[in-house]
Formats: sequence, structure tokens, C-alpha cells
Amino acid sequence: MAQAAAVAKKPAPPRRRRGSATPRRLPYLLIAPAGLLMLGFIAYPVLSVFYYSLQNYNPTKPWRNGYAGFENFVHAFTEDPQFWDTLVFSAKWVVVEVGLQLLFGLALALIVNQTFVGRSLGRALVFSPWAVSGVLTSAIWVLLYNSQTGITRYLADMGIGEYGTSWLSDTSTVFPAAVVADLWRGVPFFAILILADLQSVSKDLYEAAEVDGASRIRQFLHITLPHLKDAIILSTLLRAVWEFNNVDLLYTLTGGGPAGETTTLPLYIANTSVDAHNFGYASALTTVAFVILLFFSMIYLRLSKFGGDDK
Amino acid sequence: MSTKTATPPAPAVQHEAPAPQRPTKKAHRAWDEVPRWQIYFPLGAYLLFTLIPFYWILLFALRKPGSTSLVPWPMTFEHFEKVWTQRSFGTYFENSVYVGIATLVMTTVVALAGGYALARFNFRIKRAFMLALLCSQFVPGALLLVPLFQIFAELQMINSLGSVIIAETVFQLPLSMILISGFIRNVPYSLEEAAWVDGCTRFTAFRVVVLPLLRPGLIAVGSFAFVHSWNHFLFALMFLSNQEKQTIPVGLNSLMSADSVDLGALAAGGIIAALPVVIVFAFIQKWLITGFSAGAVKG
Repeated sequence: MAQAAAVAKKPAPPRRRRGSATPRRLPYLLIAPAGLLMLGFIAYPVLSVFYYSLQNYNPTKPWRNGYAGFENFVHAFTEDPQFWDTLVFSAKWVVVEVGLQLLFGLALALIVNQTFVGRSLGRALVFSPWAVSGVLTSAIWVLLYNSQTGITRYLADMGIGEYGTSWLSDTSTVFPAAVVADLWRGVPFFAILILADLQSVSKDLYEAAEVDGASRIRQFLHITLPHLKDAIILSTLLRAVWEFNNVDLLYTLTGGGPAGETTTLPLYIANTSVDAHNFGYASALTTVAFVILLFFSMIYLRLSKFGGDDK
Repeated sequence: MSTKTATPPAPAVQHEAPAPQRPTKKAHRAWDEVPRWQIYFPLGAYLLFTLIPFYWILLFALRKPGSTSLVPWPMTFEHFEKVWTQRSFGTYFENSVYVGIATLVMTTVVALAGGYALARFNFRIKRAFMLALLCSQFVPGALLLVPLFQIFAELQMINSLGSVIIAETVFQLPLSMILISGFIRNVPYSLEEAAWVDGCTRFTAFRVVVLPLLRPGLIAVGSFAFVHSWNHFLFALMFLSNQEKQTIPVGLNSLMSADSVDLGALAAGGIIAALPVVIVFAFIQKWLITGFSAGAVKG
């Protein structure tokens, strides 16, 4: 890193003076397309969300539109119990999903990092749900969970559970059912990242540990885990944000139901703006979501030591 | 039971035994070996969890309507025909291909230009730009649906695939650019300088010397952009209300949200949705982990 940067910096100034070869404007020209796209379609929308959060704005009720001050926020925090429910559910969803994904992902990575017959096939199969979309995951699990011909029917044949139960429409089973469906495609994410990092552990360390007679568990605790620490923290954080933001799966699998039981904050926002057209209120809720995300991104930037050796 | 209790001390014994004959090598191997059942048992259990859902969707797609058999026999393709023609998955497929390929090309080209600038130059707003890239990864498209809808309405792009292509590209850019600038940093600058000395322009030097070395990384980033836009659902749902313009995930969702779900059609639609992704991953698998780990080092 440091080497590459040093190599990159030194020869630059003399080149520049040679004239047309490297005009001073070149780096700006190169980042311009990306910069403009991000300004227009990320920065501007974010600012407009802040603006609308202080407005009454509902295209279907234009006579009420206008400046609202903090009314939307006051309404959310004091008069809207569903807002609190979605916050609590978001936290529960993210913690359970990310925790289980990390646990299973780590275990899987350690297993497929061993040498055994059929390893590459095993890896390919284990990782395969990673590429499956949220909507397709929903479709697959709708097939599995449906009460008539789903897996529940065959489980009932074996004496487990009752006939005719649909796990997605019962408030007591919908949470575990949705968690399992999302785990199915979420675990490979951690497994892939951790496996990539495992491959950079120096073999010498293990050999030295063996010579010292350290058990496999001790090797794991004192060599593998410390090596993986950074990767685990960063991927957990990224995944937590991703799970918080991701609405594809819950939107299509449960639609946030039954009875709002599985509605995360972003899903609530989508429903408020798409179904109720209450854009002002949705913008205020989005602002709250941004504050939460900002908190996580600060931790991320801190931990990833942004620009530490890149100055 | 007996194997369970016997295994822990076993490696230690093996470690002692062959030691006199071949001091280091063999001892290591015996010690290294994890008991096979500790690999195959959990892996097999997890594979069941992974593969049963895949089998389930194949089963529903291939067996006759109304059948409850657990093997897709006699096999039928009528669900596929029905979904492709009556449920317009043919049209959706075409639209998704356009969106996927356009997103792939735009993301790769724009990220390549920006990534090169970040890797090879020092300029005044570089740090601010890097910070913006990192932060924008935390801005979810799902939360910006309303303002994006308004922007595309202003631009008269609602109901045109262009809106989805732009939105997908924009949200793919930050990560792609960070990864690509990492790949470029891995290529020694001296290679490019050597080409300049030989009389190449900066662009030719980049094209001839750097670009071929970036291939694994670009394949990883490009296929990621394709798969992501192929799979993504919300932008298409919001910006394309005309059924003629919709994409595969929206079609799948409408199959699911119908009053009485046609499970056979849903399964067949799901397989059509998965097919291109499977093909892309089969094609690029060997580059994927190396590509991403190379980029990840730079962060």
C-alpha cells in the first residue's frame, strides 16, 4: 500500500510539466461522470428528503401542502405507535439475522477451508444461494411454506406440526420463518468473505503452534480469530446496514404482515410513501433512518481507518 | 458415541508415533488432519438446508399441475410455456437483459475512469471524494424512492428503462470504484511509465499495459453489477408502471401477490429468473474470490 502510493506520487509532478501528456484537469475529468451521477442521484435526493421532512407534502391532498416545521417528527415520536414498533422490529431483525449469519458463516468457512475430497463442489454448492435475489428467495420460501403442498404438509405426514398451517400468516411463526428464509441466502455472504480472509493466514503460524503442542481449539482462538477480527467486524457492520436497508425480501415474503408484525423502518417508509402518498411524513421517517445509518457509518469509517495510509 | 469420545486424544497419539521416522512432515500432516466426520457431517447437514429449497422449486416447476409427487415425474414444461407467454415473462426477460447489460457497461466504464484517477493522481478533492464514496454505500436506494421518482418524473423518464439503468448504476458505483482503484494500485506504476518512455500516450499505455492485468477484477465487478441489477426489484417496481416495461423480479412479485398463487407458474418464473445468474456465476467463479480479496486488501 505504502509502496504503491509512493511509487504513484513521485513521478507525477515532472510528467505534469511536460504539458499535454497529463494535464492538471485529467483527474477531475476522470471522476466527473461518477461525481455528477452521485451528486444528481444520491446527494440531491438526500437533501430533498431533508427538505420534505419539514413539509406537509401529499400529492393526493395538495390543499394541505406547506411548511410544517417539526410536526412530522413530533408526530412520529409521540403519536405513532407503529413507528416505535418498526424501530424495535428493525433492531430485532438485524441483530438476529446478522448474529446467526456470522455464526454459521464462520463455521462454514472454517469447514470448507479444510482439505477434503469434493471441496470445490462443496464450496460451490454452499455458496450458491448468495446470488439468489430477495424476490426469488421469497418465491422459493413461499413454495416451501405454503399450507397445501409445502414442506409443512410433509412434516405433518411425519407427525411434526399440524396440517394446513401456513407459517407466514401466523403471528407466532412468521418471525422465525422469515429469519430462516433470509439466513438461507445470507450465510454465504459471511462464509465467502471469511474464507477469502482465512486464505491469507500464514501457514507458519500454525506450524509453530503445532510444534508448541497447541490444540486446534487454541490455534483457532489465538491465531485464526485474531487474524479474522478486522474482517469480521467490518463485514458484520456492512451486513447490519444491509439487512436494515434491505426491503426486497420482507416486502415480497410477508409484505410486512401479518398485522404489521414484520415491518422494518425502511419497509414502513416504503409503504407510507407508496400506498399512503404521505411523502412529507415518509421523508421525516427517512431522516430518522439516516441518523441511525450515520451512526453506523461513523463507526465503520473509524474502524476501517479511513485514509490512514492514503493521505 | 465411542468415536466421539475417542477422537480428541487420537491426533496427539499419532503425533508421537511417526515422529521418530520422519521428524517434521508426517507429524504435521497427522496433526493437521481434522477427523473426516467433523467435516462431512456438518457440511452435509448444511447442504441439505441449502439444496432442499432449490429442489423444491425445481419440483414445483417440472411436475404436473395438481400433483403432490415428490419427484418431478412425469416431467412437464407447461408451466414454463405458460409463464413465458401468458404471464409475459418473455418481455420481462428482454427488459431485464437490457437493464443488466447497460448497467454492467455503464458501471464498469465510469468506475474504471474514476478508479484510475483515485489510484494514480493526487488532487485537491480526492480525500473528500473518497469519503463521499464510503458514505454513499450507507445510503440505501430504498430510502430514496420518492425523491428519485420525482427526479425521473422531471426528466420524463418514468416508464423508460433508462431510469432503472441510471438508478442501478449510481448505487453500484461507489463500491465498484473503490474495488477498481484497489486493483489498479496493485499494478506497478513503473509498467505504465515504461510504456510512456516507449512513446505511448497515457491512454494507450493504460489500454495496453494496465487493462489486461485488470481483467479478473473487472470481470468480478462487472458481473456483480449485472447480477445486482438483474436481481433488484424496488427501482423497477417504482419507476416502471407500464407492464410492457417491467423486469423479471417485478413479474415474480406479481405472481406471488396474486389472490390465488399459481405455484407451478411461480416456480417456473423463479427458475427463469435464476438461470442467467447461475450461468454468470458458473462462468466467473474462479475469478470471484481472487478478484474480491485483491480489492478487499485495499478497502
